[in-house]
Amino acid sequence: MNNPVFPEQASSFAVEVDAIYYLLWALTIGFSLLVMAVLIFLAYRYRRGARVDRSKPVHSDLRVELLWSVVPLIIGLCVFAWSAHLYARTRIPPDDAMEIYVIGKRWMWQMQHGNGVRENAELHIPVNRNIKLTMISQDVIHSFYVPAFRVKHDVVPGTYTRLWFRPTKTGRYRLYCSQYCGTQHSQMDGWVTVMEPEAFERWLEAEGNEANVKTVGLADAGKQLFDQMACGSCHGSNAQTGSIPAAQRGGSLNGLYGSLVKLKGGRQVKADEAYLRESIMRPNEKIVDGYWAIMPSYEGQLTEEQVLQLIAYIKTLGKSEPPRGGQ
Amino acid sequence: MSAHSEAGTPVGASPETSAVSSHRSEPSYLSAGHTLRSWLFTLDHKRIAILYLITISAFFVVGGLAAGAVRVELISPRGTFMSNEVYNRMFTLHGVVMIFFFLIPAIPAILGNFLVPLMVGARDLAFPRLNLLSYYLYLAGGLLALTAAVTGGVDTGWTFYTPYSTFYSSSQVTMTIAGAFIAGFSSIATGINFIVTIHKMRAPGLTWFRLPLFIWAHYATSIIIVLGTPVVAITLLLVVAERVFHIGVFDPRYGGDPVLFQHLFWFYSHPAVYIMILPAMGVISEVIACFARKRVFGYHFVAGSSLAIAVLGFLVWGHHMFVSGQSMYAGMVFSFLSFLVAIPSAVKVFNWTATIYKGSVSFDAPMLFVFCFIGLFLIGGLTGLFLASLATDVHLTHTYFVVAHFHYVMVGGAISAYFAGLHFWWPKITGRMYPEVIARITAVILFMGFHLTFLPQFLMGFAGMPRRYHYYPPEFQTLHVMSTAGATVMAIAYLLPVIYLVWSLKYGRVASANPWNATGLEWQIPSPPPTHNFDEVPVVTGEPYDYEHLALSENEEADGTRAAVPRPQLDPAARGGAA
Repeated sequence: MNNPVFPEQASSFAVEVDAIYYLLWALTIGFSLLVMAVLIFLAYRYRRGARVDRSKPVHSDLRVELLWSVVPLIIGLCVFAWSAHLYARTRIPPDDAMEIYVIGKRWMWQMQHGNGVRENAELHIPVNRNIKLTMISQDVIHSFYVPAFRVKHDVVPGTYTRLWFRPTKTGRYRLYCSQYCGTQHSQMDGWVTVMEPEAFERWLEAEGNEANVKTVGLADAGKQLFDQMACGSCHGSNAQTGSIPAAQRGGSLNGLYGSLVKLKGGRQVKADEAYLRESIMRPNEKIVDGYWAIMPSYEGQLTEEQVLQLIAYIKTLGKSEPPRGGQ
Repeated sequence: MSAHSEAGTPVGASPETSAVSSHRSEPSYLSAGHTLRSWLFTLDHKRIAILYLITISAFFVVGGLAAGAVRVELISPRGTFMSNEVYNRMFTLHGVVMIFFFLIPAIPAILGNFLVPLMVGARDLAFPRLNLLSYYLYLAGGLLALTAAVTGGVDTGWTFYTPYSTFYSSSQVTMTIAGAFIAGFSSIATGINFIVTIHKMRAPGLTWFRLPLFIWAHYATSIIIVLGTPVVAITLLLVVAERVFHIGVFDPRYGGDPVLFQHLFWFYSHPAVYIMILPAMGVISEVIACFARKRVFGYHFVAGSSLAIAVLGFLVWGHHMFVSGQSMYAGMVFSFLSFLVAIPSAVKVFNWTATIYKGSVSFDAPMLFVFCFIGLFLIGGLTGLFLASLATDVHLTHTYFVVAHFHYVMVGGAISAYFAGLHFWWPKITGRMYPEVIARITAVILFMGFHLTFLPQFLMGFAGMPRRYHYYPPEFQTLHVMSTAGATVMAIAYLLPVIYLVWSLKYGRVASANPWNATGLEWQIPSPPPTHNFDEVPVVTGEPYDYEHLALSENEEADGTRAAVPRPQLDPAARGGAA
């Protein structure tokens, strides 16, 4: 199945990535053969002892130098532009993408679907649907690589990275960790199963029911955790604990996700997953304008999975009230 | 004419050559003392070059054996005789030894040390004691790294990525890094020595644009070494500090940024690729001019492209990090600059090809190694574009495609050039000729074996085979077995020169001062040169590569003697017989 010249193309990017790849091989082989042919021809023609005209040898010619600098440069820059344009599209996930969370740890991939279904070393996804992975590592740097999709991104500890793609063919495709991560690096592999949408829905539901305890959706688990950790005493909308009203301590988190947050000092940041995670783990890194640096760090108290649950919950909080510091 | 076939005065040697060799005033540097002490404490750049030659060759053997072990292990998808732990240590040993202790020092420390003073008409490098110190730093660093290898080994890969190297690896990371760190100072010392020598010790009349291109290449290399090596030294020191004291630079658990390490590491380690390839390109220019009997075409462009590579080479490190989480816009800038840096390399190849035009080409072994270099470097360089281009790099990075690409450049390119240079200057260094026929066969075997080893790896990489994998999916086995078969052929091509070059020290024909009829100051003194190189300071009156009058006389002579039986130049046996 795995033809090394025409490997399987199973994502919306694959055909275009391969087009650039084959173009580059055409240039590589063409240029190499051209130069070698000229070299061998000249070396044979001007071999020592051959009676050929060696008069008026040329030692330098600005026009030739320009020609063979500028022509390859122009060809190269065309490839650059095409490839950069495609790359930009692979880096910016569409808004309607189905979101899945990925945790890499030595030496296993753990995937979390929105409804709480968890998979190890396997990922089931529906065909022809934009899929966005939000990924983090629990230890060293890993890299999430599905060759049939022609996509790959490092999975880094301490911050989220993301990857998106749209599978175009049902089937089972190899998943690798491609960033060296220690002893069992080569065993940190798995499978991505692309299914028809209906089959996927059935699978998702069955998996959810199969577990002994009914799986709790990611955001629901996050709400439980939010209540359990009493995050609401500072971040609840109406809570009043102690002398300072919650609105002044931490403020409501309604509508925070995706908004622009104004920081102390005037800088603005977008409240994406990475920002939310940092604000939970190291709250003093970025202080919101108008608030004090009073939130304790939760680093070491929450697992990566729990942080993901909290973020999933915060993302569901509506936009009924104006977000703090937001616009 | 077959210049090397006679021991005495070569036909067509310039008058001053015979004059110099006839009243040789002092013994050669090789006979200037036979005690161990006279070698180990020598300040003679030529003897230090020999010390480097022996030591670096020993490290090449170590790195080569590790590569062989890895290739044998990969014959089967589940490994043949190693555990995961051993496999990971083995490919790390191969990378660390080959990069830090073979490829980076090979051409500059051996050929550069021997030739830079000779080519600029100086009696030694500017700082002979610093030169000796640099050798011992290299030796100390190398021994430390080897000690680490035998006392547990290191399993981080030669790239030492954090936080694996700073926290999770329980192998000999600190000691290996200490070895690389110390060897770095050896590089810096050599780089400073070359820069000062080239600036201040050129013979009268030897202006910048009369310098051999080998010198230009070493000058550009030295600039990279002096500017880049301190950065990697500091970076490696930070890794050790984090490992030992848990300071939070790279490890996110202490507030560090693991990707920062990659920026710092590649800021040196990408230019380091040019430390390996620029001196190789310098060798190619010398050899091709001599065996084509022609001034290098576009001398100024070839010289300038070395400097352009040195400067641009510092601005492209981010192309190792397109999938690391680096910003998309940074990726685009690095990609753009990486396409630019390809141009000066291409310019060199085109100029070498144009040099042949209207030349008078002979196909001695050094020249065959040059063809080998160009053939492999073309593919190595052009496949770099796949990795400079963003969308294709996303798919190909971390796979065997990368492995194949950099082996084509660094092994196919740099080692072919190293062999070209070693054969070309062997008579000058040792005073003996290497055996010609077997050397030409070696060049052919190397070329074949190389393609067989690394072409399959391009295919594997595109099909998604990640690098540094001990176990792999069975569909890749055929390609892996081909690669291992090729590595066996390459091993023969590496073993042969070891045997016949050592053999030639005793049994090789005695070399004349200038067996190739080459221009260049190093050929105007006896082989091997006397300790102080030049009896009188040479005065340079013209441009380098003044070969063309030779081409004329040699071809006229050939016409006279060979009119009856045309002799095919590519046939080594016929060539030897005709002499």
